[in-house]
Amino acid sequence: MYNFTFHRPTTVRQAAGLLARNPDGKLLAGGHSLLPVMKQRLAQPSALVDLSLVEGMTGVELKGRSVVIGAMTRHADVANSQVLKDVMPGLAAVPGSIGDPQVRNRGTIGGSIANNDPNADYPAACLGLGATIITNKRRIAADDFFTGMFSTALEEGEIIVKVSFPVAKKAAYEKFKHPASGFALVGVFVSKRGPDIRVAVTGAGSNGVFRVKSFEEALKKRFSPKSIEGMSIPATGMNADIHASPEYRAHLVAVLARRALAKAND
Amino acid sequence: MSATGIGAPVRRKEDFRFITGQGQYTDDVTRPGETRAVFVRSPHAHAKIKSIDVGAAKKMPGVIDVLTGAQLATDKIGNLICGWMIHSKDGSPMKMSAHPALAATKVNCVGDAVAVVIAETIAQGKDAAEKVKVDYEVLTAVVDPAKAQAKGAPQIHPDIPNNTIYQWHLGEKKDVDAAFAAAKHVTKLDIVNNRLVPNAMEPRAALADYDAGTDNLTLWNTSQNPHVARLVISAFIGMAPEHKLRVIAPDVGGGFGSKIFIYPEEVVCLWASRRVKRPVKWTSDRSEAFLTDAHGRDHVTHAEMALDANGKILALRARTIANLGAYMSTFSSSVPTYLYATLLSGQYNIPSIYCEVDAVYTNTAPVDAYRGAGRPEATFVVERLVEVAARQMGIDPADLRRRNFITAFPHQTPVIMAYDGGDYNASLKKAMEMADVKGFAKRKREAARNGKLRGMGYSTYIEACGIAPSQAVGSLGAGVGLWESAEVRVNPTGSVEVLTGSHAHGQGHETTFAQLVSERLGIPFENVSIVHGDTDKVQFGMGTYGSRSGAVGMSAIVKALDKIEIKAKKVAAFMLEAAEGDIEFKDGKFTVAGTDKSAAFGDVALNAYIAHKFTGAELEPGLKETSFYDPTNFTFPAGCHICELDVDIETGKVDIVNWTAVDDFGTIINPMIVEGQVHGGIAQGVGQALMEGAYYDAAGQLVTGSMMDYTMPRAHDLPSFHVGLTETKSPSNPLGMKGCGEAGAIASPAAVINAITDAIGTENIAMPATASAVWTALQKLQAPKAA
Repeated sequence: MYNFTFHRPTTVRQAAGLLARNPDGKLLAGGHSLLPVMKQRLAQPSALVDLSLVEGMTGVELKGRSVVIGAMTRHADVANSQVLKDVMPGLAAVPGSIGDPQVRNRGTIGGSIANNDPNADYPAACLGLGATIITNKRRIAADDFFTGMFSTALEEGEIIVKVSFPVAKKAAYEKFKHPASGFALVGVFVSKRGPDIRVAVTGAGSNGVFRVKSFEEALKKRFSPKSIEGMSIPATGMNADIHASPEYRAHLVAVLARRALAKAND
Repeated sequence: MSATGIGAPVRRKEDFRFITGQGQYTDDVTRPGETRAVFVRSPHAHAKIKSIDVGAAKKMPGVIDVLTGAQLATDKIGNLICGWMIHSKDGSPMKMSAHPALAATKVNCVGDAVAVVIAETIAQGKDAAEKVKVDYEVLTAVVDPAKAQAKGAPQIHPDIPNNTIYQWHLGEKKDVDAAFAAAKHVTKLDIVNNRLVPNAMEPRAALADYDAGTDNLTLWNTSQNPHVARLVISAFIGMAPEHKLRVIAPDVGGGFGSKIFIYPEEVVCLWASRRVKRPVKWTSDRSEAFLTDAHGRDHVTHAEMALDANGKILALRARTIANLGAYMSTFSSSVPTYLYATLLSGQYNIPSIYCEVDAVYTNTAPVDAYRGAGRPEATFVVERLVEVAARQMGIDPADLRRRNFITAFPHQTPVIMAYDGGDYNASLKKAMEMADVKGFAKRKREAARNGKLRGMGYSTYIEACGIAPSQAVGSLGAGVGLWESAEVRVNPTGSVEVLTGSHAHGQGHETTFAQLVSERLGIPFENVSIVHGDTDKVQFGMGTYGSRSGAVGMSAIVKALDKIEIKAKKVAAFMLEAAEGDIEFKDGKFTVAGTDKSAAFGDVALNAYIAHKFTGAELEPGLKETSFYDPTNFTFPAGCHICELDVDIETGKVDIVNWTAVDDFGTIINPMIVEGQVHGGIAQGVGQALMEGAYYDAAGQLVTGSMMDYTMPRAHDLPSFHVGLTETKSPSNPLGMKGCGEAGAIASPAAVINAITDAIGTENIAMPATASAVWTALQKLQAPKAA
């Protein structure tokens, strides 16, 4: 690890100011992706701006017909939130599937979304529920937020403050874990909120999280695994590595979508 | 059986300090004025070193020195060696390349060290290491052992044509070929035994301390055999005379073979400490461990089995290419030869066996012994062939095994080993009962209703442990004898210290060895302590590997205890004023036969030291005895493992639902520790079968260089094991022990693959059988139906 300066602001405004003064600084919001690469000397931010003391950035609240989660809320706290489990257990299952207890007790939703690892779980939930990402500057629809592998619509100095998830009557996440890392080799989030049907896939696509429009269309008739029986998605654009071929990933998308639908209807 | 004697499941003495974080590992040892070594490593798998410029690095803050291979050569530090000579079938000796601890002219694998920075702190060392400028001329690499000998393949070592170390063979080819020609049935298999990264929990470390006042060198390091390390570093590398070098292997957190070997880093730390006249410490990080710890396995094999119409095995032949990596590690040559082909008879009476092995260099990390070392590879060949043959011939796999089991002992196999005892039918029978083989068909139907393909696989394995008779291994090329030593020191107060040449790095010797002493001398278990891992304390020893600490190490303790008894009886005779021949020793008490006159062990110990009851002319004072024990044969642990698993048809994911292990380890000192060894071994074997695989890309970069890509088995990947025992005593050592450390890793891969292939109905599937691989195999099987 190279030397860096460490800042612990207590307000979002201070944090934004620190970012502005440290152009190659990084926000620290759990650090489970950032710190390992810093330890390996593959990243060398001049400053870390730790958000853990910023007030008002944690908690899970039901606000009208949405669940609003503070960006610095730990995975374990979201997974164990009674508020969330009561209204949308399918979303609570997402952070419950991340990493191990150590990771779940350090990692945060904001950190995960801002990093947009193509194998991360939260992006599938955001896109699969049509969440709104609320920053210190604006509100960004999930459909516009995730712009590719490790890439988001966030601008310089922009900080995620909270994430608002509309409560869907039916929602579920199915994940096939990467055997080594425990990330999603493929993860599929499905939801139905009135006429809005979403099928979002993480892990599989070489360009990050994406929606499966063909499945969504087929599910309009009936939100059931039967509606997409026999359907598949093309292997083109799927990731290829030693752990899974594009064909296998494409196949898993359909399998996991059916399983998620069955779970959502349970 | 006493509560702490032989056979008692005593809790491990050493666990208190381990669990409470009070273990003393090499990295925990600190010396005044300690510096840190940071290695500059090659990013290329194969390249010429055109130049190394350390000028800028030397000027960095906190840097004491930056050393290179050129200085190593100037200081006449010798090459690392492989200590087991193998001869090719044409009689020529194996071709061992030079292996300098720092590469001076050429690098041969990613991670090859080319320079070392000695700095005040690790951070300063790393900063300086980045300033070392190495000008490489990158060469084409070869990583696949099957391609290493091809015409036009990159030449790794200039003096070794076709990258071929040796072309070895064992057995009578003529007999085997004749048997195949006459056989009713022949089963053929192509097998890759996948390359594994050991990943001991504690990474390797070394701390070297040169004392300029005495010219003595002390090395703390993560070694399974500190005396062997001292011998090699002294006699071959020429670092210091043996009596001027002390090697201490304190608490060591797992080895699995990877800490047997002498590595470049400890040599460099010693050399650097003498140069800079300060202690030098290096602790591997996990990334370095992936790149530089000796890997395991990596065989490519074609194997065939010939059978008659009744399923009687007539002959077996195998041709193996063994990847030894960029350099020959300390015992690498022996693993794919005498630790492998000698076990190709399995538990079966096979009249003729022939095995050819080519060992090759590639641009990958060195490969050497890893838990089981050669025997897992042999078991996999034999148990896959037997299983496939049974299915092809329509014979129940258990039945085919039974028809071929060796039942009379001693049994001379055609591949050197003389099995001295065992009961293979007993372990198979017990395992089949425990695994409820009878109920399998019903369970398979139930699984099918849930979209699962259920399969069952056997592995009736055998291993040769307790290595080994020195004369025997000497005749096979070993550079050392494989006896073990023990010194039993009875203190005047009656407590006992045992100094052993065995080394514990997770095995629990402090407990089991104390159990032996407690039982034998009738003294409390708490009054015994075990001393190991320090060449200044322990006379000499060969260390721990090959499941030898019980069969060889404890046998040496038994021999020393025998001598203690003899001497103590003499002391007791003077105390009790009786003839020596009338003294009986039982339950910690010396008694004059036929009388009630007795002396407790502690009183005798005190009298041995105060020497008031006898003169120096009659008896030497003191009570301390030493023994060097050389075994008379290998030991042959054997057993049967049965794996039952489900394959998810949709995803290919394998779930092991039931695991039965019935092992014959001979006499057992502590059944709890033995069970733990079996559990760990199975976990490693299942890891190899389902998850683990070290992959290099064509350029020689290790793709699986971290825990993010290299899959280690986790607790939730494994079921609760059903572990059982059968017992036939080993006739080859005084306690009848056979060894248990490697059995699980040896038995389990074949059981898993036999079960998967049973489930999905294919003949073969490569390890690791990941979900992706199993799904792909299922697609291929379904393809003809769909067409």
